[in-house]
Amino acid sequence: MTTATETLEPPRTSVGVLGWLKKNLFSTWYNTLLTFFMLWVIWAGGSALLSWVLTTARWEVITANARLFLVGAYPPDQVWRVWLVVVIVSLLFGLSGGVWGGTIRTFTMSLAVGYAALIALSFLVFPLSEGFVWLFANLVILLVTYALARDRKTWQRWMIPLWLLAFGVTIVLLHGFAKSEWLPEVSTTRWGGLLLTFMLSIVSIVMSFPLGVLLALGRRSKMPVVRLFCILYIELVRGVPLVTILYMTQIMLPLFLPGDVRIDNVVRAMAGMTLFAAAYLAENVRGGLQAIPEGQIEAALAVGLNNALVILFIVLPQALRMVIPAIVGLFIALFKDTTLVMIVGLVDLLGVGRSVLAQPEFMGLQIEVYIFIATIFFIFSYAMSFASYRLEQALGVGKR
Amino acid sequence: MNESPQKPKDIIICRDVHKWFDRLHVLRGVNLTVQQGQVVVLFGPSGSGKSTFIRTINRLEEHQRGTIIVDGIEMTNDIRNIHAIRREIGMVFQSFNLFPHLTALQNITLAPIWVRRWPREKAEQVAMDLLRRVGIPEQAHKYPAQLSGGQQQRVAIARALAMQPKIMLFDEPTSALDPEMIKEVLDVMTELARSGMTMICVTHEMGFARSVADRMVFMDAGQIIEEGTPEQIFNNPQHERTKQFLSQILH
Repeated sequence: MTTATETLEPPRTSVGVLGWLKKNLFSTWYNTLLTFFMLWVIWAGGSALLSWVLTTARWEVITANARLFLVGAYPPDQVWRVWLVVVIVSLLFGLSGGVWGGTIRTFTMSLAVGYAALIALSFLVFPLSEGFVWLFANLVILLVTYALARDRKTWQRWMIPLWLLAFGVTIVLLHGFAKSEWLPEVSTTRWGGLLLTFMLSIVSIVMSFPLGVLLALGRRSKMPVVRLFCILYIELVRGVPLVTILYMTQIMLPLFLPGDVRIDNVVRAMAGMTLFAAAYLAENVRGGLQAIPEGQIEAALAVGLNNALVILFIVLPQALRMVIPAIVGLFIALFKDTTLVMIVGLVDLLGVGRSVLAQPEFMGLQIEVYIFIATIFFIFSYAMSFASYRLEQALGVGKR
Repeated sequence: MNESPQKPKDIIICRDVHKWFDRLHVLRGVNLTVQQGQVVVLFGPSGSGKSTFIRTINRLEEHQRGTIIVDGIEMTNDIRNIHAIRREIGMVFQSFNLFPHLTALQNITLAPIWVRRWPREKAEQVAMDLLRRVGIPEQAHKYPAQLSGGQQQRVAIARALAMQPKIMLFDEPTSALDPEMIKEVLDVMTELARSGMTMICVTHEMGFARSVADRMVFMDAGQIIEEGTPEQIFNNPQHERTKQFLSQILH
């Protein structure tokens, strides 16, 4: 018997896969027609692309130059140092995923999946090569440290110092020391490929972040000199293209330094990108600062916090959380903009691509090379985007 | 001065306090002295300067003329004086102003840990005691957005009390609440008043004023028009303006 309060099942055709198909793809005769037409287009395009990728394309241009693409002119007998840096990253990701859990664990597991995919790929192309062994070791280290650190909440306070330490260790490890036997100096002029792209973006991201936050705070300072300086800096840097800033740091930076101090090309490029990113970051952060209600600051002052503590504990955590999408967007743009260092004579991933195409035996393979480079950029940009989205979700807990 | 039990000390002394917002003269010579343990209810029409006045007491607003002395410390531009006074005063706002990125417990322990330099364990213990006192210990680990308005305001009261202030300022604490939540906040305030806390409350909750206020102060147009016990104010207001205002809010 049917009563007014009985819960009825929805009609079968309105829910589930069938309901969705009917509603969205086959609702009228012309929608049905369009659906079939699009299916044909996808099939034709997809099968052509797939057959090109699997049969026509000459991927040996990538496999033969794999080391060049990854590390550029880094000395082959020193490449273990780059792998060691990857090991450090795996180690820290494993530990972080373990002690924090939640979203960070998702990142750790995504990295594990990435390693697994790379291992499978390198097994097909270079079975049991050195790289294959290193990748395998990394996957093992990632999972072992994760298992080791799992739910050890007391280790949490060590993680951020460890990450910062790793940043310094990475640079020392890659650069080495002059006249050192164990870690001979590898001048940055020999850094190249994906390694250079990574180092340029990581250094400029890490350095520009505090600088940008300080500029944003300075722009809202009550002290006119500080405020004016910050406004001038931000507007000046935002008013010129990155290319000119890169040229400027190449030519101008040596002029400001004493004559016997020589800084190399890569550091100059890093400085240029850091200074550039900081100005944009400052404007993004300022947007977040302005969105903090005055009442938050009043409440913090009323319980006795001083101005520095109010900024540190109340204003910045809320402001930065609000602008995560904008900041990550900026970092993704910065990551891709590292390709501009080509104009100051550095050979990043894209630069390696161009030099590989100049080799006589690989002439005319632009499509393969650029698809490969684009795929790499896409994977890392998408990873950042994914991380930002998950981070936003996780931090949204206390949102008003 | 001889401090006898009959004459408790004057903990807040405001003499001839003036304030301007640009050219607008919002406080026009406010004189108010509050003794330790007194509960003062400040009421009056909107725009009369009540909120501005209590905000000058902990320097959320700067006064431009006159003297404010809190617990023997004069309010000057010296940042050390301002901080010393703010440590003595807890404040509760109309819009709660809880920190949305911190849990209820973290909202309460932040200042004791970083200003009073208490160890975390002690701060958390005191915070839990306060949450029990305001009746919501089970909400300690929730974020403000997960709490009802009444619960948020009670956390805000606990946050202010965690610094162990001698004085509590309430700036229309129930105006943003749904009717059924007003009582739970007023109950906490009543308990606080009975415990001997010195309080200045800007509120239009006349039932609360009648039952707990030692003095009621009526403000209009930046000045104190009339003050007296709830008895005098409700039964025998002297000024025409007070009578008119009371008749509007009581009927």
